Amino acid sequence: MDYNFHWRPVFRDLPELIEAGLVTLQVAVLSMLIGIVVGIVLAIMRMKGTAPARWVAVAWIELARNTPALFQLFFFGFGLGAFGLHLSPFFIVLSGLTFNNAGYLAENFRGGFQAIPETQMRAARCLGMTATQAYVRIIIPQVFRIVYHPMTNQMVWAVLMSSLGMLVGFRELSGETQFFASRTFRIFEYFAVTAVIYYVIVKLILGFSRVLAMRLFRY
Amino acid sequence: MIIVKELHKYFKDLHVLRGIDLVVEKGVVLSIVGASGSGKSTLLYCINALESIDSGSITVDGEDVHAKGTDINLLRRKLGMVFQQWNSFPHLTALENVALSPRIVRKLSRAEARDVAARRLEHVGLGDKLNSFPNALSGGQQQRLAIARALAMEPSYMLFDEATSALDPELVGEVLDTMRLLAEEGMTMICVTHEMGFARDVSDRVAYVHDGTIEEIGPPEQIFGEPNSEKTRRFLSKVR
Repeated sequence: MDYNFHWRPVFRDLPELIEAGLVTLQVAVLSMLIGIVVGIVLAIMRMKGTAPARWVAVAWIELARNTPALFQLFFFGFGLGAFGLHLSPFFIVLSGLTFNNAGYLAENFRGGFQAIPETQMRAARCLGMTATQAYVRIIIPQVFRIVYHPMTNQMVWAVLMSSLGMLVGFRELSGETQFFASRTFRIFEYFAVTAVIYYVIVKLILGFSRVLAMRLFRY
Repeated sequence: MIIVKELHKYFKDLHVLRGIDLVVEKGVVLSIVGASGSGKSTLLYCINALESIDSGSITVDGEDVHAKGTDINLLRRKLGMVFQQWNSFPHLTALENVALSPRIVRKLSRAEARDVAARRLEHVGLGDKLNSFPNALSGGQQQRLAIARALAMEPSYMLFDEATSALDPELVGEVLDTMRLLAEEGMTMICVTHEMGFARDVSDRVAYVHDGTIEEIGPPEQIFGEPNSEKTRRFLSKVR
């Protein structure tokens, strides 16, 4: 084999790659935060909603979980584009990831809600709390503990899934790598370094989530 | 005063409560006894609107519990409730369990709510457990925590739904003692119970519920001494 590795250009562009890594992290975190809120709402709609609300929730969850994430991204890019609604690459990826996250998280949350005995709600209501107060103060904090680790998984998945963003022209970590690689033809070198950056991001997330869990869950 | 009039309640085809009439005056301790499935817990749930009713009425201090315009959250503040399964909130310490509702429902300040909670926990003998989580407490302690939590809302009435039935035998005494203490302080109480000793010694009145109706009601001396009804007599001879 007469291929010579050239790492110098990669190291030269490393600051840009790391910056692109922060863009990846940013879009993943945002899609997660919104996805959690929407996921909770979808879970409650599916369990307690009227028929149309239930139908919307089920459709969302089924599509998010049973179609390729790439197609979901394409929908928000080219799909909406066909109807004249042009989102920026950032919003295409954010919407696609959020759609996917919310669908998966909704099912996690539904399982979490079902694991909390009905009597917790009764006890809270007997103390004069409104249904909303009982959900916010009593039910959801307990659900969070149950779904915490599946939620961490989804966060990692969101980071990795965001690499699909390069296919809709988003210059996150993978998009940026592709850009540099095609400029220098050092494709292997660039993607090898980028893989390491992804690995580090994921490890940081896992470490952070472990520390956060120790602070959040006192019981 | 709690007034129940001609109360009927169905679970689907099952006619659980078949015309209950009951008056509970202020300061009275009423024990409700009867076989499992006779409807006594359902009656309690109807009083604080955890269950809907099919006909009849329930008023608490003149307010119709099941009327459309009633603010049930406001009304429930008057009705402390203690369940068979104590239902502690596992993610909160004992102090937080008790302080939460005073803070978010009664709108006390954080410091006031903590004061109220600490006082109530001391009151039920848990002064040394303020910062314990429920999973570190015994069943009896958790049940006393539940009592303190209900009392922190400063209710006018306390409803007990078989508060000792789920406890290990050796823990029953501490909870009954707490209930006795409340009775001595003049709290108005409705206790659904299988503890005949408690019903006899602590209550002012005892109601025997049979098949969804109040078969007999009267002072404990009457019910336990010389009941008028043959059914009451037969029930009591079985449980004693």
